[in-house]
Amino acid sequence: MDINATLIGQSIAMAVFVWFTLKFVWPPINAAIEERQKKIAEGLAHTDRAEKDLHIAQDKAKDILRDAKEQAAAIIEQARKREGKMIDEATSKANEERDHILTQARAEVDAERSRLREDLRKQVAALAVAGAERILQREIDDAAHSDILEKLVQEL
Amino acid sequence: MADSNISVQGYIKHHLTDLTVGEGFWAVNLGSLGWSLILGSLFIISFAWVGRKATTGVPGKFQCLVEMIIEFVGNSVKEAFHVKDKLIAPIALTIFMWIFLMNLMKLVPVDWFPTVAGLAGMAFNSGAMPEYAADYSFLERVMAHPWSYLTIAPTTDLNITMGMALGVFILILGYSIYYKGLGGFAKELSFTPFNHWSLVPFNLVLELVTLLAKPLSLGLRLFGNLYAGEVIFILIALVGLAQLPLHFAWAVFHILVILLQAFIFMMLTIVYLSMAAEKH
Repeated sequence: MDINATLIGQSIAMAVFVWFTLKFVWPPINAAIEERQKKIAEGLAHTDRAEKDLHIAQDKAKDILRDAKEQAAAIIEQARKREGKMIDEATSKANEERDHILTQARAEVDAERSRLREDLRKQVAALAVAGAERILQREIDDAAHSDILEKLVQEL
Repeated sequence: MADSNISVQGYIKHHLTDLTVGEGFWAVNLGSLGWSLILGSLFIISFAWVGRKATTGVPGKFQCLVEMIIEFVGNSVKEAFHVKDKLIAPIALTIFMWIFLMNLMKLVPVDWFPTVAGLAGMAFNSGAMPEYAADYSFLERVMAHPWSYLTIAPTTDLNITMGMALGVFILILGYSIYYKGLGGFAKELSFTPFNHWSLVPFNLVLELVTLLAKPLSLGLRLFGNLYAGEVIFILIALVGLAQLPLHFAWAVFHILVILLQAFIFMMLTIVYLSMAAEKH
């Protein structure tokens, strides 16, 4: 186990291997590691951002949902109001119509009644005159007593 | 293992000797340097393959593992090295993975690789069989073949650990000069810890010892830990069937040592280089 040229050979080999490592081993692997580290860091940042985005979107969705609910409630309220109004309107219109029809009918009935009464009065007057004529025979002069008859007809 | 032709001493020596090529200082330990290169290439090629196919999307399991190691090393560098520098992390990664793989080879039972290498030697290089082994049994002949001396755990070889420590030492000098300038570096060596001109020689001695102690301690710590572990593995392998539970226990314990020593070597390298790069 003497010191010999093996030592020099080993030193030279070491120089070559170190040079080789410096050139072909360390840089590509280290670059790959660093690249991957960057990728992972980016991925994590992406995840964070996505999570934040998700939160924002969820909040927005909640807002939209609340707005929609409020709107729906408003629309329903409005519809209910209009419904009431329409019913009121229809009711009042119908009432008017009814009143109108009733008035008209009453007017017609009144008119008919007064016409009939007029007829009846005339006939009764004629009947009364005829009756009186028959009773009194010739004693009554139509012309002389027409004012009395007129008065009678008026009173009937 | 202690047969008639292989003594206990011979067995231990066999396992602690590597197959060498060349003479004297210029000899090369084939087993340790070979495995060191194989394991380093394995690390480089598999990691570069991952780097080439690296996806920034969902990674595969092997890419996950590689990224975990890279991130672990990157964090260690970030904690200890505060100057901006793009060389330090690859250095730390190379050192950690390479030493970890070399240490990992120690978990291969001590006789496996020598047996395989010896068999391969007998098959492909039968001429190298030493003559004294002519009347050995088959297994003894396998172990007598020179190829069976190839070791599989490079970090149990002082040359390997000191070679890496030398690399770190050169890096320390380089970082010091790059970040402080030659003058700044010389000034730091001369005027710390005592900032007075008359104490410059004293400071210089002190600082040079400190400087040299760094790579020495680095290399010797790793070597000492793993060599000691290896010796114990070899001794355990000598006790017959009782070696099975013992080997298992020691191997489990060594999983910790393997990782820890790789981490310590890497961490100390980062700290030494950070000290070299930072102004005091």
